[in-house]
Amino acid sequence: MLTKRVIPCFDIADGRVVKSVRFVDTRDAGDPIALARVYDAEGADELVFLDIRASPDNRKTAVEMVQRIADEVFIPFTVGGGIRSTEDMRLMLESGADKVAINTAAVENPNLIAEGAERFGSQCIVVAIDAKRAGPDRWEVYTYGGREGGRPTGIDAVEWAERAVALGAGELLLTGMDADGTREGYDLAVTRAISESVPVPVIASGGAGEPRHMYDAIAEGKADAVLAASIFHYGTHRIREVKEYLAGRGVPVRL
Amino acid sequence: MRVLIVDYGAGNLRSVARAVAHVGGEPAISSAPGDLAEAEAVVMPGVGAAADTMRNLGEHGLVGPLKEYIAGGRPFLGVCMGQQVLFDASEEGGEHPCLGLLPGRVRRLPDGLKVPHMGWNRVRIVRPHPIFEGIDDGSFFYFVHSYYPQPEDPSVVIGVTDYAVEFPAVVAKDNIVATQFHPEKSGTAGLRLYENFLRVASGVKLA
Repeated sequence: MLTKRVIPCFDIADGRVVKSVRFVDTRDAGDPIALARVYDAEGADELVFLDIRASPDNRKTAVEMVQRIADEVFIPFTVGGGIRSTEDMRLMLESGADKVAINTAAVENPNLIAEGAERFGSQCIVVAIDAKRAGPDRWEVYTYGGREGGRPTGIDAVEWAERAVALGAGELLLTGMDADGTREGYDLAVTRAISESVPVPVIASGGAGEPRHMYDAIAEGKADAVLAASIFHYGTHRIREVKEYLAGRGVPVRL
Repeated sequence: MRVLIVDYGAGNLRSVARAVAHVGGEPAISSAPGDLAEAEAVVMPGVGAAADTMRNLGEHGLVGPLKEYIAGGRPFLGVCMGQQVLFDASEEGGEHPCLGLLPGRVRRLPDGLKVPHMGWNRVRIVRPHPIFEGIDDGSFFYFVHSYYPQPEDPSVVIGVTDYAVEFPAVVAKDNIVATQFHPEKSGTAGLRLYENFLRVASGVKLA
């Protein structure tokens, strides 16, 4: 049986982890490669590195970081942030990333999804969606990073998810913006609405504060994977602890 | 030992090369048909679609040399698409002929569950083989695929995985071993599989 995945996420700036991790040696706390190794050893199923800014001004740093992760970590990882063309995708994938996540660039140019899927295969094209509640059973897609408030697009999140998959997205990384940062649990309604509308895996993101929230995202939200940052980085809950909790409640996980 | 990683423009080569190096091999990435003639061990990775893979192999002039290499009895490890193209044909994107080194067809995973089958799943060992040395029955490996091979000869199946159907996760025949999962992305169990491949390839007798 396919297991549900538990995925730690790192925010990157200039090749370093932005929110440093508290439970490792301070020397390693901001080093993405050292942290990747730690989380791999703890049983992380995949890793996600966001905001790497693979844009021209910072491309070399991003490439070197991706290469070093690929050299030392033998589990899959996704990179996202600043990927705006198939050329950016190629650079990241050739450097060793398994998947690339695109968000704003996909909304502004949906053909990028199709071009990436055609050229590299759907399996490595992750479309990240930031969704904010806009009414009962309705969520709106935001671009330019939920964290700075983002920009409303007027696009319905469920419709966008379906379109992204039709264009070739192999996976969706869904952040419920209303829940993000609250540590009070994922936005289960939008997670479920999207997960039940698309035939590809959905990674739930935003709002994890304890293992129970991850169970809810899988059991109620129908997510295929759960992503979290701060609860892992602060050491509030360890990855193995979360996976043991999920296993105890009957969720298939890799232990 | 030197391990030739066949480059036909299908990505993921760096991870495979690093895994080979990690277990003590010397990876050499090449798309030159002449290198296949001289290789002692070959890994063929692959992602994407069967038709593209066959077209790329053809454009690089690799179809003949690959068949000759395998016919020569030298060790070969196929990974993901590198497993699927060993069969007669794939139904991915219409009917496409493949290398025809193993009798059978490649079919789409049934509807009902999410496709691609993406993530960690167990491999049940159905026949002992040196490639599984030190790997527990039921170990987890990382899969990403929408199609699976259906061999005509069931005896080539040495490991199986369940995802709506029970499909061959590992096949082996003579000097060929091929996995549907990505051992280079499957943590310690996957690295062990590469290590075993190197040991088999270098003729080390396994206990």
